[in-house]
Amino acid sequence: MKLDRKVNISSDIPTASMPDIIFMLLIFFMVTTVLREYSGLDVELPKAKRIQKLKSKRHTAHIWLSKQGQISIEDKLIRSENIRHIMYSKRAADPQLTISIKADKAARMGLISDIHTELRKADALMLNYSSKTALD
Amino acid sequence: MNKKRRFKGGEIPTSSMADIAFLLLIFFLVTTTIDMDKGLGIILPAEGEELEIKKTNILNCLINSQGNVLLGGDPVALKDVNKEIRRRLAENDKLIISVKAHEKTKYGDYVSLIDQLKRANATRISIADAE
Repeated sequence: MKLDRKVNISSDIPTASMPDIIFMLLIFFMVTTVLREYSGLDVELPKAKRIQKLKSKRHTAHIWLSKQGQISIEDKLIRSENIRHIMYSKRAADPQLTISIKADKAARMGLISDIHTELRKADALMLNYSSKTALD
Repeated sequence: MNKKRRFKGGEIPTSSMADIAFLLLIFFLVTTTIDMDKGLGIILPAEGEELEIKKTNILNCLINSQGNVLLGGDPVALKDVNKEIRRRLAENDKLIISVKAHEKTKYGDYVSLIDQLKRANATRISIADAE
């Protein structure tokens, strides 16, 4: 008994449309990519459980606050009294602006409170305390 | 003078297009940061917006520089704040929690306190200036 069969079906994967598929992926990533703009300060973020995601990176401004009490916006060290000017112009340009505070967990509340006061003066009221997800 | 050239068919080579597209794709894949910023959202009151609130609807929540919490006069452990707030919110749903932190309080302790309040589903949180 011979069970030899001749297979005549071609077993090629069609590659003609591969560039199109890749271009589609490429365009998706190009549109969604927001390049990291600023490196910020070296901070160890606090941990929290009830965490929300920030809506959009495009509508977010960051304030870094280090353990030593340095305040940085857009990689420039600034004094807390100057936050209001910077944030006021940002807020005027984008009404949906959310301020993300990236403060070290050992930073002192006195400075955070100063930042709150400044942000209230700048009318930038949507705030987010950047934190890591706590396990357990 | 006969300068007629014969058109030999000008084609752009497309065989390497897939490779170029792949290269760009990989570049964008690598530079995309998928991890979104996460954190505790809070909305500050507008400047000069001060409301008179009945004393019975305010719960003062104080936190000192050692991270000890005083909830309406009683000391409460930080991890029990959420249960205690839940209990008090069940008694009075109009309760506003006023958080006051000492100026030397660590930010990490403050964030865990706000986290505890959020976990107790407290929506009315007021942040007083550090003293």
